[in-house]
Amino acid sequence: MSMKISTRQVDGVTILDLSGRITLGEGSVQLRNAVRELLGKGSKDILLNLAEVNYIDSSGIGELVSAFTATRNQGGELKLLKLTKKVHDLLQITKLYTVFDIKDDEAQAIAVFTHK
Amino acid sequence: MGSRFSYTLDSSLDSVNKVEEAAEQLAQKSGLDEDQIFQITMAVREAAVNAVLHGNAYDPQKKITASFENTGSSLVIRISDQGSGLDPNTLPDPVAPENLLSGSGRGIFIIRSFMDEVHFKLLHPGTELTLIKHLDSTQKRA
Repeated sequence: MSMKISTRQVDGVTILDLSGRITLGEGSVQLRNAVRELLGKGSKDILLNLAEVNYIDSSGIGELVSAFTATRNQGGELKLLKLTKKVHDLLQITKLYTVFDIKDDEAQAIAVFTHK
Repeated sequence: MGSRFSYTLDSSLDSVNKVEEAAEQLAQKSGLDEDQIFQITMAVREAAVNAVLHGNAYDPQKKITASFENTGSSLVIRISDQGSGLDPNTLPDPVAPENLLSGSGRGIFIIRSFMDEVHFKLLHPGTELTLIKHLDSTQKRA
């Protein structure tokens, strides 16, 4: 099953609702293109909702990191919302849990974006 | 009684998915819990990605082989490629502060985190990774 992405705007923040797998050849490229497109349009405050992401591999983790750094390099912020246990565990193992700003509540996540 | 099966596959993402499915089935039949099944499946997928992408570089002339065995005391999965050979000692540490924001390089680290033993063997040409998960007495000897 490939990944699906839907986009919505809340209070100046672009929320990408992702579902499925973020893996090499499946979701990784879709995620990269979606974030590139947003940054190209000047949407620099991005919240990735991972509540429905049931699987991510090292390629997908790398894509999250690349999205984070690409957004930051353009003066924006990228945060993560609602990690599943598997994704949470993988980010802890790879010591990325402290790199990302991760929230469980959407309203709280939107509130802490500094630019909006 | 142990059981063993193996595949020789093209250097493609379809092969990665096939190897992943086989690993999941082996782990499920061995009575492992959900977390352990996930860990083994993911480690094997990462090894297959390594073989197809970094080892064989999607070369249609090169194959990967994957063998799966329940020895009765362990699950032993071997993945090999026909690439230029991987020296694990040359891999950067992906959790070192200077590498944390790298967009790649976490596959072998994840494999080592999820398996009990990981062995590298240089072939000529290629690399063979052996991934081992020990079974405890409550788990099935499929």
